Amino acid sequence: MSPTPGPAGATAEAVRTGGRSARSVVEEALAAIAAADGPLHAFLDVHADAAAADAAAVDAAVEQGRDPGPLAGVPVALKDNLCTRGRPTTCSSRILEGWRPPYDATVVTRLREAGAVVVGKTNMDEFAMGSSTENSSTGPTRNPRDPSRVPGGSSGGSAAAVAAGVVPLALGSDTGGSIRQPAAFCGVVGMKPTYGVVSRYGLVAFASSLDQIGPFATTVGDAALLLEVIAGHDPCDSTSLDRPAPDVTAALDDGVEGLRVGLCQELLDEGDAEVVGRVRAAAEALAGAGAKVDEVSLPELRLGLPAYYLLAPAEASSNLARYDGVRYGLRVDAPDAEAMNTATRTAGFGAEVKRRIMLGTYALSAGYYDAYYGKAQRVRTLVIEAFGRAYESFDVLLGATTPSTAFPIGAKVDDPWSMYLSDLFTVPSNLSGHPAMNVPFGADGEGLPIGVQLLAPALGERVLFAAASALESLAPAPGGAS
Amino acid sequence: MSGAGTPPISREDVAHVAKLARLDLSPEELDLFTSQLASVLDHAADIAALDLSGTPPTAHPLPVRNVLRPDEPRPCLDREEVLAAAPDVEDHRFRVPRIGGQEP
Repeated sequence: MSPTPGPAGATAEAVRTGGRSARSVVEEALAAIAAADGPLHAFLDVHADAAAADAAAVDAAVEQGRDPGPLAGVPVALKDNLCTRGRPTTCSSRILEGWRPPYDATVVTRLREAGAVVVGKTNMDEFAMGSSTENSSTGPTRNPRDPSRVPGGSSGGSAAAVAAGVVPLALGSDTGGSIRQPAAFCGVVGMKPTYGVVSRYGLVAFASSLDQIGPFATTVGDAALLLEVIAGHDPCDSTSLDRPAPDVTAALDDGVEGLRVGLCQELLDEGDAEVVGRVRAAAEALAGAGAKVDEVSLPELRLGLPAYYLLAPAEASSNLARYDGVRYGLRVDAPDAEAMNTATRTAGFGAEVKRRIMLGTYALSAGYYDAYYGKAQRVRTLVIEAFGRAYESFDVLLGATTPSTAFPIGAKVDDPWSMYLSDLFTVPSNLSGHPAMNVPFGADGEGLPIGVQLLAPALGERVLFAAASALESLAPAPGGAS
Repeated sequence: MSGAGTPPISREDVAHVAKLARLDLSPEELDLFTSQLASVLDHAADIAALDLSGTPPTAHPLPVRNVLRPDEPRPCLDREEVLAAAPDVEDHRFRVPRIGGQEP
Protein backbone atom coordinates (compact mmCIF):
# COMPACT_ATOMS: atom_id res chain seq x y z
CA MET A 1 0.00 0.00 0.00
CA SER A 2 1.65 3.20 -1.16
CA PRO A 3 0.87 6.40 0.70
CA THR A 4 -1.04 8.93 -1.41
CA PRO A 5 1.35 11.61 -2.68
CA GLY A 6 1.23 14.80 -0.62
CA PRO A 7 0.39 18.15 -2.23
CA ALA A 8 4.04 18.84 -3.12
CA GLY A 9 4.57 15.43 -4.68
CA ALA A 10 1.30 15.68 -6.60
CA THR A 11 2.14 19.16 -7.88
CA ALA A 12 5.61 18.11 -9.03
CA GLU A 13 4.15 15.09 -10.82
CA ALA A 14 1.52 17.23 -12.57
CA VAL A 15 4.13 19.78 -13.68
CA ARG A 16 6.60 17.15 -14.89
CA THR A 17 3.99 15.41 -16.99
CA GLY A 18 2.68 18.66 -18.47
CA GLY A 19 -0.66 18.39 -16.66
CA ARG A 20 -0.15 21.75 -14.96
CA SER A 21 2.10 24.70 -15.61
CA ALA A 22 4.56 25.74 -12.94
CA ARG A 23 3.49 29.32 -13.65
CA SER A 24 -0.09 28.64 -12.61
CA VAL A 25 1.06 26.82 -9.48
CA VAL A 26 3.32 29.67 -8.45
CA GLU A 27 0.75 32.36 -9.30
CA GLU A 28 -1.71 30.54 -7.08
CA ALA A 29 0.80 30.43 -4.22
CA LEU A 30 1.66 34.11 -4.60
CA ALA A 31 -2.06 35.00 -4.57
CA ALA A 32 -2.58 32.85 -1.46
CA ILE A 33 0.31 34.58 0.28
CA ALA A 34 -1.05 38.00 -0.67
CA ALA A 35 -4.48 37.06 0.67
CA ALA A 36 -3.37 35.44 3.94
CA ASP A 37 -0.17 37.11 5.01
CA GLY A 38 -1.44 40.48 6.20
CA PRO A 39 -2.73 39.17 9.55
CA LEU A 40 -0.47 36.08 9.59
CA HIS A 41 2.90 37.80 9.01
CA ALA A 42 4.64 34.57 8.04
CA PHE A 43 6.66 36.27 5.28
CA LEU A 44 9.34 38.95 5.49
CA ASP A 45 9.94 39.16 1.75
CA VAL A 46 8.01 37.68 -1.18
CA HIS A 47 10.04 37.00 -4.33
CA ALA A 48 7.11 37.46 -6.72
CA ASP A 49 9.00 38.40 -9.90
CA ALA A 50 11.86 35.96 -9.43
CA ALA A 51 9.40 33.16 -8.60
CA ALA A 52 7.41 33.82 -11.77
CA ALA A 53 10.62 33.76 -13.83
CA ASP A 54 11.82 30.55 -12.16
CA ALA A 55 8.43 28.94 -12.81
CA ALA A 56 8.60 29.96 -16.47
CA ALA A 57 12.01 28.28 -16.71
CA VAL A 58 10.54 25.06 -15.28
CA ASP A 59 7.74 25.19 -17.84
CA ALA A 60 10.27 25.76 -20.62
CA ALA A 61 12.21 22.69 -19.50
CA VAL A 62 9.03 20.58 -19.62
CA GLU A 63 8.17 21.90 -23.08
CA GLN A 64 11.66 21.04 -24.31
CA GLY A 65 11.39 17.52 -22.95
CA ARG A 66 13.97 18.02 -20.17
CA ASP A 67 13.29 16.71 -16.65
CA PRO A 68 12.83 19.78 -14.44
CA GLY A 69 13.47 17.73 -11.28
CA PRO A 70 11.62 16.03 -8.44
CA LEU A 71 10.17 19.29 -7.07
CA ALA A 72 9.20 20.75 -10.44
CA GLY A 73 7.16 23.90 -9.97
CA VAL A 74 6.67 23.37 -6.23
CA PRO A 75 6.59 26.66 -4.27
CA VAL A 76 8.93 26.64 -1.28
CA ALA A 77 9.36 29.21 1.50
CA LEU A 78 12.72 29.70 3.21
CA LYS A 79 13.46 30.72 6.76
CA ASP A 80 15.20 34.09 6.63
CA ASN A 81 18.50 32.72 7.97
CA LEU A 82 19.14 30.93 4.67
CA CYS A 83 21.21 33.05 2.31
CA THR A 84 19.60 34.02 -0.98
CA ARG A 85 21.91 35.81 -3.39
CA GLY A 86 20.87 39.39 -4.00
CA ARG A 87 17.75 39.08 -1.82
CA PRO A 88 17.45 40.39 1.74
CA THR A 89 18.44 37.87 4.41
CA THR A 90 17.86 39.43 7.81
CA CYS A 91 17.46 36.66 10.42
CA SER A 92 14.68 38.98 11.67
CA SER A 93 17.39 41.21 13.09
CA ARG A 94 17.90 44.94 12.72
CA ILE A 95 21.63 44.27 12.50
CA LEU A 96 21.17 42.58 9.09
CA GLU A 97 18.43 44.86 7.79
CA GLY A 98 18.87 45.35 4.06
CA TRP A 99 21.78 42.92 3.75
CA ARG A 100 21.83 41.07 0.45
CA PRO A 101 24.08 37.99 0.53
CA PRO A 102 26.58 37.56 -2.32
CA TYR A 103 25.82 33.84 -2.53
CA ASP A 104 23.07 31.24 -2.20
CA ALA A 105 22.98 28.65 0.59
CA THR A 106 23.66 25.14 -0.74
CA VAL A 107 20.07 24.10 0.09
CA VAL A 108 18.79 26.98 -2.05
CA THR A 109 20.95 25.90 -5.00
CA ARG A 110 19.74 22.31 -4.60
CA LEU A 111 16.09 23.39 -4.47
CA ARG A 112 16.51 25.30 -7.73
CA GLU A 113 18.28 22.36 -9.37
CA ALA A 114 15.31 20.19 -8.34
CA GLY A 115 12.85 22.53 -10.04
CA ALA A 116 11.45 24.02 -6.83
CA VAL A 117 10.47 27.70 -6.88
CA VAL A 118 11.50 29.89 -3.95
CA VAL A 119 8.56 32.21 -3.26
CA GLY A 120 9.91 34.12 -0.27
CA LYS A 121 11.61 34.35 3.10
CA THR A 122 9.86 33.67 6.37
CA ASN A 123 9.74 35.31 9.77
CA MET A 124 11.69 33.85 12.68
CA ASP A 125 12.95 34.58 16.15
CA GLU A 126 15.98 36.85 15.77
CA PHE A 127 19.00 34.70 14.81
CA ALA A 128 16.80 31.65 15.56
CA MET A 129 16.85 32.40 19.29
CA GLY A 130 13.37 31.79 20.62
CA SER A 131 10.44 29.42 20.72
CA SER A 132 7.58 31.67 19.61
CA THR A 133 8.69 33.92 16.70
CA GLU A 134 7.95 36.87 19.00
CA ASN A 135 11.64 37.83 19.05
CA SER A 136 11.44 39.23 15.53
CA SER A 137 12.40 42.80 14.71
CA THR A 138 9.30 42.94 12.49
CA GLY A 139 6.76 41.59 15.00
CA PRO A 140 5.35 38.13 15.64
CA THR A 141 3.90 35.61 13.24
CA ARG A 142 0.45 34.33 14.24
CA ASN A 143 -0.59 30.71 14.47
CA PRO A 144 -2.94 29.96 11.55
CA ARG A 145 -4.93 27.58 13.78
CA ASP A 146 -5.60 30.37 16.32
CA PRO A 147 -4.32 33.88 15.56
CA SER A 148 -4.21 34.80 19.27
CA ARG A 149 -1.48 32.20 19.76
CA VAL A 150 2.15 31.88 18.76
CA PRO A 151 3.17 29.56 15.91
CA GLY A 152 6.15 28.37 17.95
CA GLY A 153 9.69 29.11 16.95
CA SER A 154 12.17 29.87 15.94
CA SER A 155 11.06 28.77 12.43
CA GLY A 156 7.53 30.03 13.12
CA GLY A 157 7.07 31.76 9.76
CA SER A 158 7.91 28.60 7.80
CA ALA A 159 5.61 26.46 9.98
CA ALA A 160 2.76 28.96 9.71
CA ALA A 161 3.15 29.30 5.93
CA VAL A 162 2.80 25.53 5.48
CA ALA A 163 -0.01 25.24 8.05
CA ALA A 164 -1.95 28.06 6.38
CA GLY A 165 -1.73 26.17 3.10
CA VAL A 166 -0.06 28.98 1.16
CA VAL A 167 3.00 26.84 0.35
CA PRO A 168 3.25 23.04 0.48
CA LEU A 169 6.89 23.06 1.59
CA ALA A 170 9.25 25.22 3.62
CA LEU A 171 12.71 25.00 5.11
CA GLY A 172 13.63 25.85 8.66
CA SER A 173 16.61 25.33 10.93
CA ASP A 174 16.61 23.38 14.18
CA THR A 175 19.19 24.16 16.87
CA GLY A 176 17.15 23.12 19.91
CA GLY A 177 13.77 22.27 18.40
CA SER A 178 13.19 25.22 16.09
CA ILE A 179 11.65 23.03 13.36
CA ARG A 180 9.87 20.39 15.45
CA GLN A 181 8.34 22.71 18.07
CA PRO A 182 6.64 25.12 15.60
CA ALA A 183 5.57 22.11 13.50
CA ALA A 184 3.84 20.74 16.61
CA PHE A 185 2.20 24.08 17.44
CA CYS A 186 0.94 24.55 13.85
CA GLY A 187 -0.03 20.93 13.15
CA VAL A 188 2.41 20.13 10.34
CA VAL A 189 5.28 17.71 9.77
CA GLY A 190 8.71 19.07 10.72
CA MET A 191 11.96 17.14 10.72
CA LYS A 192 15.50 17.64 11.98
CA PRO A 193 17.97 15.46 10.09
CA THR A 194 21.08 13.83 11.54
CA TYR A 195 23.78 16.46 12.04
CA GLY A 196 25.85 16.61 8.85
CA VAL A 197 23.21 15.14 6.50
CA VAL A 198 22.25 18.60 5.18
CA SER A 199 24.90 21.20 4.35
CA ARG A 200 24.93 24.27 6.57
CA TYR A 201 26.73 26.36 3.93
CA GLY A 202 24.79 29.60 3.71
CA LEU A 203 22.84 29.01 6.94
CA VAL A 204 23.56 31.99 9.17
CA ALA A 205 25.25 30.38 12.17
CA PHE A 206 23.66 30.34 15.64
CA ALA A 207 25.26 27.33 17.42
CA SER A 208 27.34 25.53 14.84
CA SER A 209 27.58 22.14 16.58
CA LEU A 210 23.77 22.00 16.97
CA ASP A 211 22.31 23.77 13.89
CA GLN A 212 20.72 21.65 11.19
CA ILE A 213 18.43 22.61 8.28
CA GLY A 214 15.31 20.52 7.74
CA PRO A 215 11.94 20.29 6.00
CA PHE A 216 8.39 21.39 6.83
CA ALA A 217 5.51 19.77 4.93
CA THR A 218 1.89 18.79 5.39
CA THR A 219 2.68 15.10 4.94
CA VAL A 220 5.56 12.79 5.85
CA GLY A 221 5.94 11.84 2.19
CA ASP A 222 6.38 15.46 1.11
CA ALA A 223 8.94 15.99 3.89
CA ALA A 224 10.82 12.93 2.58
CA LEU A 225 10.80 14.34 -0.95
CA LEU A 226 12.22 17.66 0.29
CA LEU A 227 14.86 16.03 2.49
CA GLU A 228 16.17 13.95 -0.42
CA VAL A 229 16.61 17.13 -2.46
CA ILE A 230 18.50 19.13 0.18
CA ALA A 231 20.59 16.31 1.72
CA GLY A 232 23.94 14.98 0.59
CA HIS A 233 27.59 15.87 0.77
CA ASP A 234 28.73 19.44 0.17
CA PRO A 235 32.42 20.33 -0.06
CA CYS A 236 31.55 23.84 1.17
CA ASP A 237 30.63 22.54 4.67
CA SER A 238 33.44 20.70 6.44
CA THR A 239 30.91 19.04 8.78
CA SER A 240 28.84 17.73 5.87
CA LEU A 241 28.88 13.91 5.87
CA ASP A 242 30.54 12.39 2.83
CA ARG A 243 27.65 10.13 1.91
CA PRO A 244 24.67 10.25 -0.42
CA ALA A 245 21.29 11.64 0.64
CA PRO A 246 19.26 9.07 2.61
CA ASP A 247 16.77 7.25 0.40
CA VAL A 248 13.78 8.09 2.61
CA THR A 249 10.95 8.08 0.06
CA ALA A 250 11.66 4.39 -0.53
CA ALA A 251 11.20 3.71 3.20
CA LEU A 252 7.73 5.26 3.49
CA ASP A 253 5.94 1.95 2.90
CA ASP A 254 8.14 -0.12 5.19
CA GLY A 255 5.52 -0.25 7.94
CA VAL A 256 6.12 -0.90 11.64
CA GLU A 257 5.58 -4.67 11.86
CA GLY A 258 8.07 -5.84 14.49
CA LEU A 259 9.54 -2.35 14.91
CA ARG A 260 10.81 -1.82 18.47
CA VAL A 261 9.40 1.47 19.75
CA GLY A 262 10.55 2.92 23.07
CA LEU A 263 8.02 5.18 24.75
CA CYS A 264 10.40 7.51 26.54
CA GLN A 265 9.34 8.59 30.05
CA GLU A 266 11.51 11.73 30.03
CA LEU A 267 9.81 12.88 26.80
CA LEU A 268 6.44 12.77 28.57
CA ASP A 269 7.18 13.99 32.11
CA GLU A 270 6.04 17.58 32.56
CA GLY A 271 3.86 17.35 29.48
CA ASP A 272 0.25 18.54 29.75
CA ALA A 273 -2.26 15.74 30.29
CA GLU A 274 -3.82 16.12 26.86
CA VAL A 275 -0.40 16.02 25.16
CA VAL A 276 0.62 12.92 27.13
CA GLY A 277 -2.73 11.35 26.24
CA ARG A 278 -2.12 11.80 22.52
CA VAL A 279 1.40 10.34 22.75
CA ARG A 280 0.02 7.29 24.57
CA ALA A 281 -2.66 6.99 21.90
CA ALA A 282 0.09 7.07 19.25
CA ALA A 283 1.96 4.31 21.10
CA GLU A 284 -1.18 2.18 21.17
CA ALA A 285 -1.84 2.85 17.48
CA LEU A 286 1.69 1.76 16.58
CA ALA A 287 1.33 -1.36 18.72
CA GLY A 288 -1.95 -2.08 16.96
CA ALA A 289 -0.10 -1.87 13.65
CA GLY A 290 2.39 -4.50 14.76
CA ALA A 291 5.11 -2.52 16.51
CA LYS A 292 6.58 -3.79 19.78
CA VAL A 293 6.12 -0.87 22.15
CA ASP A 294 7.79 -0.72 25.57
CA GLU A 295 8.42 2.03 28.06
CA VAL A 296 11.97 3.24 28.59
CA SER A 297 13.49 5.71 31.03
CA LEU A 298 16.55 7.81 30.14
CA PRO A 299 17.05 10.04 33.20
CA GLU A 300 20.07 11.82 31.63
CA LEU A 301 17.74 13.53 29.15
CA ARG A 302 16.49 15.69 32.05
CA LEU A 303 19.92 17.33 32.11
CA GLY A 304 19.64 18.24 28.44
CA LEU A 305 17.83 21.56 28.80
CA PRO A 306 20.19 23.26 31.28
CA ALA A 307 23.18 21.92 29.29
CA TYR A 308 21.70 23.21 26.05
CA TYR A 309 21.12 26.68 27.52
CA LEU A 310 24.84 26.91 28.28
CA LEU A 311 26.23 25.32 25.11
CA ALA A 312 24.01 27.07 22.57
CA PRO A 313 24.55 30.56 24.06
CA ALA A 314 28.29 29.87 24.32
CA GLU A 315 28.51 29.02 20.64
CA ALA A 316 26.23 31.94 19.78
CA SER A 317 28.36 34.43 21.69
CA SER A 318 31.28 33.40 19.52
CA ASN A 319 29.37 33.21 16.22
CA LEU A 320 27.67 36.58 16.71
CA ALA A 321 30.95 38.36 17.35
CA ARG A 322 31.08 38.84 13.57
CA TYR A 323 28.35 41.50 13.72
CA ASP A 324 30.66 44.40 14.35
CA GLY A 325 29.52 46.99 11.81
CA VAL A 326 32.55 46.44 9.57
CA ARG A 327 31.77 44.09 6.68
CA TYR A 328 27.98 43.97 6.35
CA GLY A 329 24.75 45.01 7.97
CA LEU A 330 24.12 47.87 10.32
CA ARG A 331 26.74 50.39 11.40
CA VAL A 332 26.10 53.02 14.03
CA ASP A 333 28.80 55.65 13.71
CA ALA A 334 31.08 56.53 16.61
CA PRO A 335 34.46 58.25 16.90
CA ASP A 336 36.52 55.08 17.25
CA ALA A 337 36.20 51.47 16.18
CA GLU A 338 35.41 49.93 19.57
CA ALA A 339 32.70 52.51 20.29
CA MET A 340 31.32 51.88 16.78
CA ASN A 341 31.24 48.09 17.45
CA THR A 342 29.42 48.65 20.74
CA ALA A 343 26.95 51.22 19.38
CA THR A 344 26.18 48.97 16.38
CA ARG A 345 25.59 45.83 18.44
CA THR A 346 23.59 47.69 21.09
CA ALA A 347 21.24 49.15 18.47
CA GLY A 348 21.19 46.09 16.20
CA PHE A 349 20.45 43.17 18.54
CA GLY A 350 17.16 42.55 20.33
CA ALA A 351 16.84 41.66 24.02
CA GLU A 352 16.85 37.86 23.69
CA VAL A 353 19.95 37.89 21.49
CA LYS A 354 21.71 40.14 23.98
CA ARG A 355 20.71 37.81 26.83
CA ARG A 356 22.11 34.78 25.06
CA ILE A 357 25.32 36.51 24.03
CA MET A 358 25.88 37.55 27.65
CA LEU A 359 24.96 34.13 29.01
CA GLY A 360 27.37 32.50 26.58
CA THR A 361 30.14 34.99 27.24
CA TYR A 362 29.69 34.35 30.97
CA ALA A 363 29.67 30.56 30.58
CA LEU A 364 32.96 30.78 28.64
CA SER A 365 34.63 33.35 30.87
CA ALA A 366 37.62 32.69 33.11
CA GLY A 367 36.53 31.16 36.42
CA TYR A 368 33.20 29.83 35.10
CA TYR A 369 34.30 27.88 32.02
CA ASP A 370 34.78 24.55 33.84
CA ALA A 371 31.69 24.87 36.02
CA TYR A 372 29.34 25.80 33.19
CA TYR A 373 30.62 25.21 29.66
CA GLY A 374 32.85 22.27 30.60
CA LYS A 375 30.11 20.58 32.64
CA ALA A 376 27.57 21.10 29.89
CA GLN A 377 29.91 19.42 27.39
CA ARG A 378 30.18 16.43 29.72
CA VAL A 379 26.40 16.31 30.08
CA ARG A 380 26.28 16.20 26.30
CA THR A 381 28.28 12.98 26.48
CA LEU A 382 25.81 11.58 29.05
CA VAL A 383 22.87 12.34 26.74
CA ILE A 384 24.60 10.63 23.80
CA GLU A 385 25.40 7.59 25.98
CA ALA A 386 21.80 7.40 27.22
CA PHE A 387 20.46 7.37 23.66
CA GLY A 388 23.10 4.77 22.78
CA ARG A 389 21.78 2.49 25.53
CA ALA A 390 18.21 2.98 24.37
CA TYR A 391 19.00 2.12 20.77
CA GLU A 392 20.44 -1.24 21.85
CA SER A 393 16.84 -2.23 22.64
CA PHE A 394 14.78 0.02 20.37
CA ASP A 395 14.70 1.06 16.72
CA VAL A 396 12.96 4.38 17.38
CA LEU A 397 11.89 6.37 20.43
CA LEU A 398 8.53 8.05 20.89
CA GLY A 399 7.55 11.01 23.03
CA ALA A 400 5.93 14.40 22.96
CA THR A 401 7.40 17.17 20.81
CA THR A 402 6.38 19.94 23.21
CA PRO A 403 5.08 19.98 26.79
CA SER A 404 2.01 22.01 25.79
CA THR A 405 0.03 23.14 22.78
CA ALA A 406 0.54 26.64 21.31
CA PHE A 407 0.48 29.33 24.01
CA PRO A 408 -1.01 32.83 23.70
CA ILE A 409 1.09 35.62 22.21
CA GLY A 410 2.84 37.46 25.04
CA ALA A 411 2.41 34.68 27.61
CA LYS A 412 6.10 33.90 28.10
CA VAL A 413 8.04 36.88 26.77
CA ASP A 414 8.97 38.24 30.19
CA ASP A 415 10.20 34.96 31.65
CA PRO A 416 13.05 33.48 29.61
CA TRP A 417 13.19 30.15 31.46
CA SER A 418 9.47 29.47 30.96
CA MET A 419 10.01 30.11 27.24
CA TYR A 420 13.08 27.82 27.23
CA LEU A 421 10.97 25.02 28.75
CA SER A 422 9.15 24.80 25.38
CA ASP A 423 12.33 23.09 24.13
CA LEU A 424 12.46 20.48 26.92
CA PHE A 425 11.70 17.49 24.69
CA THR A 426 13.51 18.65 21.57
CA VAL A 427 17.01 19.69 22.73
CA PRO A 428 18.30 16.16 23.47
CA SER A 429 18.34 15.31 19.74
CA ASN A 430 20.38 18.41 18.97
CA LEU A 431 22.90 17.56 21.69
CA SER A 432 23.23 14.03 20.28
CA GLY A 433 23.05 15.07 16.61
CA HIS A 434 20.34 12.46 15.99
CA PRO A 435 17.35 12.80 13.63
CA ALA A 436 13.85 13.48 15.01
CA MET A 437 10.48 14.44 13.60
CA ASN A 438 7.17 15.95 14.64
CA VAL A 439 4.09 14.14 13.34
CA PRO A 440 0.68 15.75 13.99
CA PHE A 441 -1.49 13.39 16.01
CA GLY A 442 -4.78 15.01 16.91
CA ALA A 443 -5.71 18.09 18.88
CA ASP A 444 -6.50 19.26 22.40
CA GLY A 445 -9.96 20.23 23.68
CA GLU A 446 -9.64 23.67 22.10
CA GLY A 447 -8.75 22.23 18.72
CA LEU A 448 -5.07 23.16 18.95
CA PRO A 449 -2.76 20.67 17.22
CA ILE A 450 -0.78 18.15 19.26
CA GLY A 451 2.42 16.70 17.85
CA VAL A 452 4.11 13.42 18.58
CA GLN A 453 7.87 13.18 18.32
CA LEU A 454 9.73 10.24 16.81
CA LEU A 455 13.48 9.94 17.36
CA ALA A 456 16.01 7.65 15.70
CA PRO A 457 19.74 6.94 16.05
CA ALA A 458 22.34 8.75 13.93
CA LEU A 459 21.65 8.23 10.23
CA GLY A 460 18.41 6.46 11.10
CA GLU A 461 16.43 8.61 8.66
CA ARG A 462 14.94 5.61 6.87
CA VAL A 463 13.46 3.99 9.97
CA LEU A 464 12.36 7.41 11.21
CA PHE A 465 10.40 8.13 8.03
CA ALA A 466 8.98 4.58 7.96
CA ALA A 467 7.65 4.95 11.50
CA ALA A 468 6.42 8.50 10.86
CA SER A 469 4.62 7.48 7.69
CA ALA A 470 2.89 4.64 9.52
CA LEU A 471 1.97 6.90 12.41
CA GLU A 472 0.58 9.52 10.04
CA SER A 473 -1.75 6.95 8.49
CA LEU A 474 -3.02 6.11 12.00
CA ALA A 475 -3.58 9.73 13.05
CA PRO A 476 -7.07 11.10 13.57
CA ALA A 477 -8.29 13.40 10.79
CA PRO A 478 -6.99 16.96 11.32
CA GLY A 479 -9.34 18.91 13.57
CA GLY A 480 -9.06 22.51 12.45
CA ALA A 481 -9.66 23.43 8.84
CA SER A 482 -6.93 25.51 7.27
CA MET B 1 20.12 27.53 44.74
CA SER B 2 23.52 27.67 43.18
CA GLY B 3 25.84 24.69 43.00
CA ALA B 4 29.24 24.48 44.62
CA GLY B 5 31.73 26.95 43.20
CA THR B 6 29.17 28.94 41.23
CA PRO B 7 28.13 32.05 43.16
CA PRO B 8 25.03 33.81 41.80
CA ILE B 9 25.71 36.24 38.97
CA SER B 10 25.97 39.84 40.20
CA ARG B 11 25.08 43.13 38.57
CA GLU B 12 28.82 43.80 38.27
CA ASP B 13 29.33 40.45 36.51
CA VAL B 14 26.62 41.32 34.00
CA ALA B 15 28.14 44.76 33.39
CA HIS B 16 31.54 43.14 32.85
CA VAL B 17 30.16 40.51 30.46
CA ALA B 18 28.25 43.18 28.52
CA LYS B 19 31.49 45.12 28.07
CA LEU B 20 33.29 41.99 26.84
CA ALA B 21 30.43 41.36 24.40
CA ARG B 22 30.48 45.00 23.19
CA LEU B 23 26.97 45.75 24.43
CA ASP B 24 25.97 48.95 26.18
CA LEU B 25 23.23 48.35 28.77
CA SER B 26 21.11 50.95 30.52
CA PRO B 27 20.82 50.70 34.33
CA GLU B 28 17.30 49.28 33.91
CA GLU B 29 18.53 46.68 31.42
CA LEU B 30 21.36 45.74 33.79
CA ASP B 31 18.82 45.08 36.56
CA LEU B 32 16.52 43.08 34.30
CA PHE B 33 19.28 41.00 32.68
CA THR B 34 20.87 40.31 36.06
CA SER B 35 17.69 38.75 37.40
CA GLN B 36 16.94 36.91 34.15
CA LEU B 37 20.45 35.50 33.78
CA ALA B 38 20.43 34.50 37.45
CA SER B 39 17.23 32.55 36.86
CA VAL B 40 18.74 30.66 33.91
CA LEU B 41 21.99 30.01 35.80
CA ASP B 42 19.94 28.66 38.70
CA HIS B 43 18.97 25.78 36.44
CA ALA B 44 22.53 25.49 35.16
CA ALA B 45 23.58 24.99 38.77
CA ASP B 46 21.92 21.56 38.61
CA ILE B 47 24.60 20.40 36.23
CA ALA B 48 27.41 22.53 37.65
CA ALA B 49 26.99 20.59 40.90
CA LEU B 50 27.42 17.16 39.26
CA ASP B 51 30.68 15.25 39.58
CA LEU B 52 31.40 14.32 35.98
CA SER B 53 35.15 13.93 36.26
CA GLY B 54 34.91 10.44 34.73
CA THR B 55 32.89 11.62 31.72
CA PRO B 56 34.73 13.10 28.74
CA PRO B 57 33.36 16.31 27.22
CA THR B 58 31.65 16.33 23.81
CA ALA B 59 32.23 19.43 21.69
CA HIS B 60 30.57 18.13 18.57
CA PRO B 61 28.16 15.35 17.61
CA LEU B 62 30.48 14.09 14.89
CA PRO B 63 34.13 13.09 15.19
CA VAL B 64 35.34 16.32 13.57
CA ARG B 65 38.59 16.11 11.70
CA ASN B 66 40.37 18.16 9.11
CA VAL B 67 38.93 17.79 5.65
CA LEU B 68 41.32 18.36 2.75
CA ARG B 69 40.58 18.92 -0.88
CA PRO B 70 42.81 19.38 -3.92
CA ASP B 71 44.24 22.89 -3.96
CA GLU B 72 42.70 23.95 -7.25
CA PRO B 73 41.77 27.55 -8.10
CA ARG B 74 38.01 28.07 -8.28
CA PRO B 75 35.82 31.14 -8.65
CA CYS B 76 35.22 32.86 -5.30
CA LEU B 77 32.88 35.61 -4.18
CA ASP B 78 32.92 38.71 -6.34
CA ARG B 79 34.91 41.42 -4.54
CA GLU B 80 32.74 44.32 -5.62
CA GLU B 81 29.57 42.42 -4.69
CA VAL B 82 30.98 41.73 -1.22
CA LEU B 83 32.17 45.29 -0.72
CA ALA B 84 28.80 46.61 -1.86
CA ALA B 85 27.31 45.16 1.34
CA ALA B 86 29.78 46.96 3.62
CA PRO B 87 28.76 50.09 5.53
CA ASP B 88 31.87 51.98 4.37
CA VAL B 89 34.66 51.16 1.91
CA GLU B 90 37.73 52.90 0.55
CA ASP B 91 40.12 51.67 -2.15
CA HIS B 92 38.44 48.24 -2.28
CA ARG B 93 38.84 47.79 1.46
CA PHE B 94 36.55 47.94 4.49
CA ARG B 95 36.82 51.36 6.13
CA VAL B 96 36.42 51.74 9.90
CA PRO B 97 36.78 54.67 12.29
CA ARG B 98 40.05 55.22 14.12
CA ILE B 99 41.16 52.17 16.11
CA GLY B 100 41.93 53.06 19.74
CA GLY B 101 40.26 55.75 21.79
CA GLN B 102 42.96 58.42 21.76
CA GLU B 103 42.28 61.81 20.21
CA PRO B 104 44.88 62.53 17.52
